[in-house]
Amino acid sequence: MADVKTTGAHVHGEAAHHASYLEENKGIMNWLVTYDHKRIGLMYLWSVLLMFLVGGLFALLVRLELLTPGEDLMNAETYNRVFTLHGAIMVFLFIIPAVPASLGNFVLPLMLGAKDVAFPKLNLASYYIYVVGAIMAILSIVLGGVDTGWTFYTPYSTSTAGAVTLMTLSVFVLGFSSIFTGLNFIATIHTLRAPGMSWYNLPLFVWGTYATSVIQVMATPVLGITTVLLVMERVFQVGIFDARLGGDPVLFQHFFWFYSHPAVYIMILPGMAIISELIPTFSKKTIFGYRGIAFSSIAIALVSFLVWAHHMFTSGQSPLTNAIFSFLTFLVAIPSGIKVFNWTATMYRGSISLKTPMLYAMSFLLLFTIGGLTGLFLGTLATDIHLHDTYFVVAHFHYVMMGGTVIAFIGGLFYWWPKMVGRMYSEKGGALSAILVFIGFNATFLPQFIMGSRGMPRRYFTYLDQFQPLHQFSTVGSEILGAGILVAILTLVASLRKKPDAIANPWGGSTLEWEAQSPPVTHNFVGTPVLEHAPYDYRHAKVEG
Amino acid sequence: MLPRQGSTIAGPMDDLYMFIFWLSVVFFIIIAGQVVWFGMKYRRRGPGEKTPHITHHLNLELAWSIIPLLLCIVLFFWGFDGYMKATVVPGDAMEIQVRAKRWQWEFEYPDGIRALNDLYIPVNKKIRMVMISDDVLHSFWVPEFRVKMDVLPNRYTDVWFESTIPGTYNLTCTEYCGKGHSTMRGSIKVLTPVEYEDFVKEGPPELKNMPLRELGELVYKSRGCESCHSLDGSRRDGPSWKGIFGKTEKFTDGTSAVVDENYIRESLMNPHSKIVATYEAVMPVYKGLLRDREVLGVIEYIKSLK
Repeated sequence: MADVKTTGAHVHGEAAHHASYLEENKGIMNWLVTYDHKRIGLMYLWSVLLMFLVGGLFALLVRLELLTPGEDLMNAETYNRVFTLHGAIMVFLFIIPAVPASLGNFVLPLMLGAKDVAFPKLNLASYYIYVVGAIMAILSIVLGGVDTGWTFYTPYSTSTAGAVTLMTLSVFVLGFSSIFTGLNFIATIHTLRAPGMSWYNLPLFVWGTYATSVIQVMATPVLGITTVLLVMERVFQVGIFDARLGGDPVLFQHFFWFYSHPAVYIMILPGMAIISELIPTFSKKTIFGYRGIAFSSIAIALVSFLVWAHHMFTSGQSPLTNAIFSFLTFLVAIPSGIKVFNWTATMYRGSISLKTPMLYAMSFLLLFTIGGLTGLFLGTLATDIHLHDTYFVVAHFHYVMMGGTVIAFIGGLFYWWPKMVGRMYSEKGGALSAILVFIGFNATFLPQFIMGSRGMPRRYFTYLDQFQPLHQFSTVGSEILGAGILVAILTLVASLRKKPDAIANPWGGSTLEWEAQSPPVTHNFVGTPVLEHAPYDYRHAKVEG
Repeated sequence: MLPRQGSTIAGPMDDLYMFIFWLSVVFFIIIAGQVVWFGMKYRRRGPGEKTPHITHHLNLELAWSIIPLLLCIVLFFWGFDGYMKATVVPGDAMEIQVRAKRWQWEFEYPDGIRALNDLYIPVNKKIRMVMISDDVLHSFWVPEFRVKMDVLPNRYTDVWFESTIPGTYNLTCTEYCGKGHSTMRGSIKVLTPVEYEDFVKEGPPELKNMPLRELGELVYKSRGCESCHSLDGSRRDGPSWKGIFGKTEKFTDGTSAVVDENYIRESLMNPHSKIVATYEAVMPVYKGLLRDREVLGVIEYIKSLK
C-alpha cells in the first residue's frame, strides 16, 4: 500500500520533519520557564493580544458614549476613566511591546540564523516584568481607576483621586521590560549573525528593530525617572511640578514627551520594519533603496530625540523654542517619506501577490501616508495653534499608530503565522478582515479630521450638537473596525484547529527564517545556516509561493 | 472644513491650512495612485514570473528626499511667520484679565468690571487676554478666531485677537481638566461700536435687568467691598454695612453726618473727604469704576441691610 509510506514529512512537503519547538517539552511548566525566544515570543503575543482586546473594548465604549451629546452609557467621571484606560493600555501594554516583544522575539533570531537571543534568561525576565506591570495596571483599574489621560499631565495627575500612583508605578515597571528587550536585541544583532551576514545583508526588519531598540534603551529611563518623580510628588509632595511649592507643571510635559515622543517611534519603526519585509516578498522583487530604508530608520531614531516640544506649541514656551522644534519636526518627516517612496518603488514592475499580508501592507501605505501628511498641519506652527488638542490630533495619531503600526502588526502576524504555528489560515477570512479593517478604520477616523478642524476638542465627554452627525459616522465606523479585527482573530484561531500544513516557505520569502522548517525546531535550524545571497535577491529564488 | 473666520488672523491661517491640504492631496494621489495602480498592473499572473533586479536609483532617491525637504522648509517659514503674527501682541491692545478655574472662565475688564463665562468685546479692536489658572491646566480656544493658548497656574500666558464680525463665538477649554472639562465653555460676544458703548455704560444685558438690590449684592461680592465691610456688624478695615443707613456717623475732623444716598455716593467717588472716626483712610476711589446703576444698586443693598 502506498499509504504506508506517507509520513508527516510528506504531508509537510519536506524531506524530513524534526520535532518542532511546539512538540518538544510540552506542558505548561515547560512553557513558563522556557528560555526559547519563540515560546517567549508566543507568550508575549497572547498577552499583548489580550491587552489589545481590552484596550479595544474601551475604545468601542468611548465611541458608543459619543453617539449622542450628554450622558448615554456612563457619566463624565466614568468616561474620563475609560478613555484614560484605552490610551494607557494601548500605549504601554499593547503597542510598545507588540511588534518587538512578540513578532520580533520570534523572528529576529531566525532572521539572523541564530539559535536564540543573546540573553535568553533576560528575555524571560522581561516577559515576567511585563506580566507584573500588566497586573499592576489591571489592579489600578479595580482600585479606583485612573482619570488623568494616558499623558498624566500635572497638576491634574498630582491632585486627582484614584489609583494614579499604582498606574504610574506600573508604567515604571513596564519600562524595564522594554529596556531589557531592547538591550537583548542590540546584543543579539551585534553578536549572533550567521556566517556571511554583514550589516548590509541584514533583513530590513532587523535594521528597524535595531533602531527601535536603541530608542528603547536610551529613552525609557527618562520615562522611569518621570514616573518616579510623579509618584514622589503625589506621595511626598516634593514640589518639583507643584506651582505652590515653586515647581513647574510644564516641566512634567517636557520630561514626559522627552520619552514619549521617541516612544512614538518605538511604536512606528517596528511597523515600518514589517512593511519592509512584506512588500519585497509579495512583490517577489528586491527592495528598492535598501540603504535608504536602513539609514532612514537610524535617522528617525536619532532625530526623534529632538522633537519632543512639538507637543507643547501652546504650552506657553517661548516662540524661539517653538520655532526650533517646528523645524526639527519637519526634518524627521523626511526619512519617513523616503521609506514610503522606496516601498512603492519596490512594487514597480514586481510580481504582486495580493495575499492577506500584502493587503495589510497596501492598507498601511495608504493610511500611513495620510497619517504622515496630516502631521504637516501639526508641525506647521500657525496651523497647529488651531488644531492642537483637537480631534484632528486624535485622528492623526490613530492614522499613524493604528493605520500604521497596528495594521503592520496584523499584516506581520498573518505573514509569520505559518512559521509560528505551522498552519495556513483561510485566505478568504484574512482578505475579508483586511477589507473590513480598512473601511472601518477610515470611517472612524476620517470624520475626526473634519471635527477637529471645525472646533471639536479632544477628551470631551459631551459636545455641541453641530458635531453629532460626524460623531455618529465615526461610531459606526468603529463597529466595522471592531468586526474586522474580530474576523482577523477568528481566522487565525480557526487555523489552529487544523492539522499542521505549512511548508517552510509558503510565501517565497528570501530571508533566513524561511529556511527553517515551519514551525522551527527548538534551536531554530538543523545545522548552521549560511547566508548565500543578500536578502530580497530574487535572482536566486528557489521556492515558489 | 474650517469654521467661520471671526478674526484678522483666521484668513491667513486658513490660506496656509488650505495650501497644506492641497499639497497633501497631491502627494496622497501620487502615492496611493502608485500603490493601487502597481497592485493591479503588476498583479502576479502565475508562478515563475521574473522581476527586474532594481536595487536603487540615486537621482530618484535624491529627488524624493530633496523636494519634500524644500516643501517642508517652505511650510516651516510660512507657519512661523503666521505664528508670530498670531501670537506677538500689538502694543495698542485692550487688556482683559482671565482667570480660569474648574470649570468656568472669569473675565475682568480694565475698569474693574467682572464677568463670568460671557465676554463682551468691541468689533475691530485688538484685545489681549492675560490668563492665569486657579487650579489645573486649562486652554483658551476660540475656534472661529483660530487662537489657542494654555492657561497655567504658575505663570501668566497671553493670547490676542481682533474680531472682524459682530456675533457670538464659542470659547472652549482644550486642556483636559477633569469632570467638567467638556462643559467648560464660554461665549465671546462681539458688539458693534454703538452696542459696546451701551454695554460700557449700562453693563451686560443680563445685569441691565437685574433688580437693583441684587446688583448691589453682586458689586459687594465681586468688587472688593466684602474685604473691608462686614454685613454682621463686626469690625473690619471699614465700618460694617449692617444697619448703617440712616445712622449718624462721626468723622475724624469732628463733624458728623447722616448716612443717606448722597453720603454713600460721596464715599464711593471721593471717600477721603469724610473718614469715620477710629478708621484709617484706606478706602479706594471707585470713581469711574462703577456704572451709575451699580452705585444705585449699592445704595439699595445697604438700605436693605437692617
